[in-house]
Amino acid sequence: MNELKALIVDDEKGMRLSMKKTLERYEFTLENVEDEFTFKTRITATGEEAIQIVEEWQPDLMLLDYKLPKISGLEVLEEVTTEESEMVTVMVTAYASIETAISAIKQGAFDFLAKPFEPSELRSTVKKACKNLILAREVRKLEEEKRRVRFEFLSVLAHELKAPINAVEGYLGILSDRVLGEKIEEYDHIVDRSMVRVHGMKKMIEDLLDLTRIESGQKKRELEIYNITEIIKHSIETALPQADEKDVSIHLHNDEDIEMECDESEIGIIMNNLLSNAVKYNEKGGQVDIDTEERKNEVVISVSDTGIGMSEEEQEKLFEEFTRIKNKKTKEIQGSGLGLSILQKIVNLYEGNIEVESEPGEGTEFTVILPKDSGSSEE
Amino acid sequence: MSKTILVVDDDYDFLEQTKIRLQSQGFEVITAENEEEAETLIEENNFDAAIVDIMLENDDAGFILAYKIKSKNQDKPVIITSAVTKETGLDFDAETEEEKSWIKADTFLSKPIRYEQLYNELNKLMD
Repeated sequence: MNELKALIVDDEKGMRLSMKKTLERYEFTLENVEDEFTFKTRITATGEEAIQIVEEWQPDLMLLDYKLPKISGLEVLEEVTTEESEMVTVMVTAYASIETAISAIKQGAFDFLAKPFEPSELRSTVKKACKNLILAREVRKLEEEKRRVRFEFLSVLAHELKAPINAVEGYLGILSDRVLGEKIEEYDHIVDRSMVRVHGMKKMIEDLLDLTRIESGQKKRELEIYNITEIIKHSIETALPQADEKDVSIHLHNDEDIEMECDESEIGIIMNNLLSNAVKYNEKGGQVDIDTEERKNEVVISVSDTGIGMSEEEQEKLFEEFTRIKNKKTKEIQGSGLGLSILQKIVNLYEGNIEVESEPGEGTEFTVILPKDSGSSEE
Repeated sequence: MSKTILVVDDDYDFLEQTKIRLQSQGFEVITAENEEEAETLIEENNFDAAIVDIMLENDDAGFILAYKIKSKNQDKPVIITSAVTKETGLDFDAETEEEKSWIKADTFLSKPIRYEQLYNELNKLMD
């Protein structure tokens, strides 16, 4: 329930009271807005008092008579219209003429109501005016929320990018101060660590570009019929060098063609992320299993590993941006903390689903379910 | 005999760098990457001063570790480090008596650490 404040300005007492009665008995709802709206009112007979009430009470809506005893409705309007003011004004007058209507609208009135009018006319005009006000407020709320999220994202991003730079700067300082003596071999570890951090940062920037492209809708989706199995095989090849390094084997259990309308690069990003995680968070000598299944209306891809697994608490935070599971076992693993939020965003484009099952010390299984006919739906 | 410094930080690279720097100044260095490791080392008590980052798994772990070190030995120097100052507006320097009464640390250094300053502080505190 949302009570809107309406100020009624009219020098005719009967008019004031009937408008008051109509509004106070009026209740309306708007499409896509959950609240139900009602009115509380204040009434006045003069422009001077109206200006004062607007200032103190800050109404949402003003029903303003054009012809008032001393200062006119137009003058009141001029006085109370400021840039910050959110109030909507409906001009009410018995002397309806195009000229007065135009000057009132020019002055910032939202609409115009000619006397005499039926209560139903008043209601529909008021509803239209309030709808305008409420939608503008909703838009502004959304924009503020967007700004806040963006700001938060940027400060976390700055922090995340600063960390590897600090690390590399520290190592370069050791090098330039020759802290370990003159022999270059003494610095091998330092150079290695610097490379690891620089690569991590590069990966983060790449992920970030993927993410912004998806979010801004700049990345043009090219939806065609593709063979998912082929895309998966390609991703396996991409993951192989990383897997060999850890002696992890990757097995694809279903070799049949699975055709689906999709964007090849999107499915590629999904698979690359899943496989890279399954390898990274695996034990040495571990295994990655890929299962696919074509159902009537959906394609199911699951990737399971024999890795370190996650606790339930850790799983809950999994899809948040820049979240990385921090524990003893993950300390040596580099990651941007963006991979899974990218994955989630792409799967959302398909109106699909991601499921996670994990057991600490046992391994993790990610299952991605993509509805077959949703690739073409506009998002 | 050279003095031993305990360094506690969850950033592996910071630990490496601080270790290399301190060793070059003739200190022995032991390190801990998490609260559990740190607590074991504090229990063993084989160090002459500690450098502890505020944020480990828990946001204020550094304060708790500092408190534990001080309750074992009131005179053992503890330096608290943190990278969070600027971003969070969190600011303290353990200078006033009031701050010293609840922050059980002798000095506060913000990251990135200026190592010359760190050596000076350590030498001053261990005199």
